[in-house]
Amino acid sequence: MSIGTLSFSHLTTGQQLAIKYYSVAVILFAAQVLFGLLAGLQYLRPDFLYEVLDFSVNRMVHVNAMVVWMLYGFMGAIFWLVEEEAGVELVGAKLANLGFWVLTAAVTVVVLVYLFVQIGPGTMESLWFINEGREYIEAPRWADIGIVICLLIFFYNISATFMKGKWSGISGVLVLDLVAVAGLYLAGMFYITNTSVEQYWWWWVIHMWVEATWEVLVGCIMAWGLIKTLGASRKIVTTWLYIEVALMLGSGILGLGHHYFWIGTPEYWFTVGGFFSALEPVPLVAMVVHAVYDSGVHRFKNSNHPALAWFIAHAFGNFFGAGVFGFMHTLPQINLYTHGSQWSSSHGHLAFFGAYATINIAMFYMGIQKWRGDVYMSANIAHSWRWKWALSLLCLGMTGMTIALLISGYEQSFIERALGGATWAAYFEAQQTAWYVQGMVWRQIWGYVFASGLVLLIWDLLTIGKGDTRPMLLPEPAEH
Amino acid sequence: METVWWASEDLWRKVAIWITAFMTVVLIVLTYDSLHAITAGGESGRVKAYSVINNRVYYKFDKERNLPVPVIGDSAPLFGKTLTEDEAYALVTKGKITTHAKNCMGCHTFLGNGAYYAPDLTKSWLDPAWGSEGVREELMVTFLKDPETNARGFGSDRKMPNLNITDEEAHAIVAYLKWLSTIDTNGFPRNFTPISQEGDR
Ligand code: HEC
Ligand code: HEM
Ligand code: HEM
Ligand SMILES: [Fe+2]
Repeated sequence: MSIGTLSFSHLTTGQQLAIKYYSVAVILFAAQVLFGLLAGLQYLRPDFLYEVLDFSVNRMVHVNAMVVWMLYGFMGAIFWLVEEEAGVELVGAKLANLGFWVLTAAVTVVVLVYLFVQIGPGTMESLWFINEGREYIEAPRWADIGIVICLLIFFYNISATFMKGKWSGISGVLVLDLVAVAGLYLAGMFYITNTSVEQYWWWWVIHMWVEATWEVLVGCIMAWGLIKTLGASRKIVTTWLYIEVALMLGSGILGLGHHYFWIGTPEYWFTVGGFFSALEPVPLVAMVVHAVYDSGVHRFKNSNHPALAWFIAHAFGNFFGAGVFGFMHTLPQINLYTHGSQWSSSHGHLAFFGAYATINIAMFYMGIQKWRGDVYMSANIAHSWRWKWALSLLCLGMTGMTIALLISGYEQSFIERALGGATWAAYFEAQQTAWYVQGMVWRQIWGYVFASGLVLLIWDLLTIGKGDTRPMLLPEPAEH
Repeated sequence: METVWWASEDLWRKVAIWITAFMTVVLIVLTYDSLHAITAGGESGRVKAYSVINNRVYYKFDKERNLPVPVIGDSAPLFGKTLTEDEAYALVTKGKITTHAKNCMGCHTFLGNGAYYAPDLTKSWLDPAWGSEGVREELMVTFLKDPETNARGFGSDRKMPNLNITDEEAHAIVAYLKWLSTIDTNGFPRNFTPISQEGDR
């Protein structure tokens, strides 16, 4: 097939699977934003969809769609690079395809049950078949088991392919990391009455995913991406990856303690959690240095402009969202006032977007380029305003939302916590202050900006490179 | 080009492995210790036995720790019934499962974790808005069964929806919330002003 037209014949087996994963990821991304907007609107108009789609339902769909689309994106990205990295064809392709369809069917059923059944009576059956009622991992138990089976199939495909072909530094880190990602999920799969113990394990999944194993995973994808788009030297990139793993896990594993200040756990977590989590920004700074340095060395000459722009957005977004906004509330003296307020939401949004949405979008652009037969995607592509505006609107929208939420969070910690004594009445007093309400209004406005950026992004992903017959510009190999 | 020793791939691979292994071991050791410290009814007293719902719960300022700590008072059985530890466990469990099945965490926080659309429930049992000790239990049950008619909002239009909570479930939730309020949270939420109770000083 010719350059500029979509064809699966341009892709390897693993890459064809990746496109399927990416497609579902984009659909769920759109769903995430839609339900986020509904939930945000309910802050402004509490009657909106009251007892039809309550806040709790919209929020659950919002955050679950996020977790699932990002996992889909990561799985897609790994299928994308596995064959090139291993030098052989994907092992167990039929099984991998089956895994995709089973997982997608399960996700569809889970979402339909969330929307139409919503809640159940107070029995274990509700947790098995409707929802588990634990933020981020609400998926009912049957789906948990399904997810683990699909992850095992995925793990088999990836590790068997590397085993058959060759290993590299990147693939070694990647496969070990996948074991940890899947293993940690098990910590979120049982019911416990003792809330302190329950939340202890709950954070093993949430924190250890986003601040340890997912960070390592995107480190691998980033390493591969820099080699691909810029022609960075593999040796240097791999060394950087090891340094980042050492710093990230060296701080992130015990950084877990920043969630153990107030859940009943002993006071030594103040010291352990405060100290190690305060170090977590260090690897994120290293990543920025790495990405910018490599781009500079190659004078930004690269094979895929939108992808590289999103890789760089990832480096900065990770640094600001996780590093700066995480650091702000990670010391116990501050967290005492900000814990569980809009302040947390502010950080949560910028961190998830900055660290994980960005790099997924970069990989989507890598995908579309090859799907169109390694079409040209460097300087002077047609309609390049689309990807530039999509990038700007998404980043601007998210920055605006984050600042608006921070202002609300500041007001909430001040009025509800510091002055009000954190009672039911004090909660509502804070919710109605002018600054808080303004923050909620502006979050919604910036949310619409974000949503318009997403529409543009999807349009661009569907059309970029269409009809362009120039071949991809090959990156120049590193001089150093 | 020769790489200097401190920039070698091999060195950093080893560093990454050793650091990760070391931190994991430390975490496992601390986890053993913490799980021991937060066992319900454990000797550290941080998380109380479920039968604590038979007693009054106060908060007292601990000068040494410089924060308010839970103090268990004399007998004040929930709904007038003294329960054994097993019965109390069963009741609290029923309440906790109900909070999962109705996804309370989709609007509220427990121990500060969850959603921010509604008040934190860590100490809702001690919230002064329930008025007086004598009417609190029944008010809570009534509210949970029909939060729409019994809405407060304190000037806001935000209401909790009706979640089809049965009488039995509502009683169990109150038991769970009472037990939850006895966890030693190192002073979170700060400055909490509890409802006035008999025996307060
Ligand atoms: C859709 C969001 C939503 C869900 C789900 C929800 N609540 Fe609420 N809840 C609220 C709101 C809003 C208020 C404040 C209501 C008012 O002031 O009238 C509230 C108030 C309360 C209060 C009183 C506040 C306090 O500080 O003591 C309790 C207790 C409570 N809810 C318990 C629960 C329990 C238990 C569940 C799960 C079974 C639950 N809620 C589920 C929104 C929700
Ligand atoms: C990409 C990495 C990260 C992501 C995606 C992320 C995301 C989140 C999210 C979503 C929450 C809210 C959890 C909840 O629902 O209760 C949270 C909480 C928190 N995060 Fe992060 N985070 C990241 C990195 C960091 C880093 C590096 C730090 C510290 C330097 C940090 C510090 C915190 C703290 C202290 C909380 C607790 C907030 C509270 O008490 O309510 N995070 N994070
Ligand atoms: C585009 C418009 C969006 C709107 C209006 C929106 C709105 C919301 C709302 C209302 C909540 C509930 C917070 C609460 O309990 O008060 C929420 C939670 C959350 N959203 Fe969004 N959202 C949007 C986009 C996003 C995006 C793009 C991401 C990440 C990529 C994201 C990640 C999260 C996370 C992690 C939480 C949980 C935060 C926590 O518990 O601290 N959202 N969002
Ligand atoms: Fe964390």
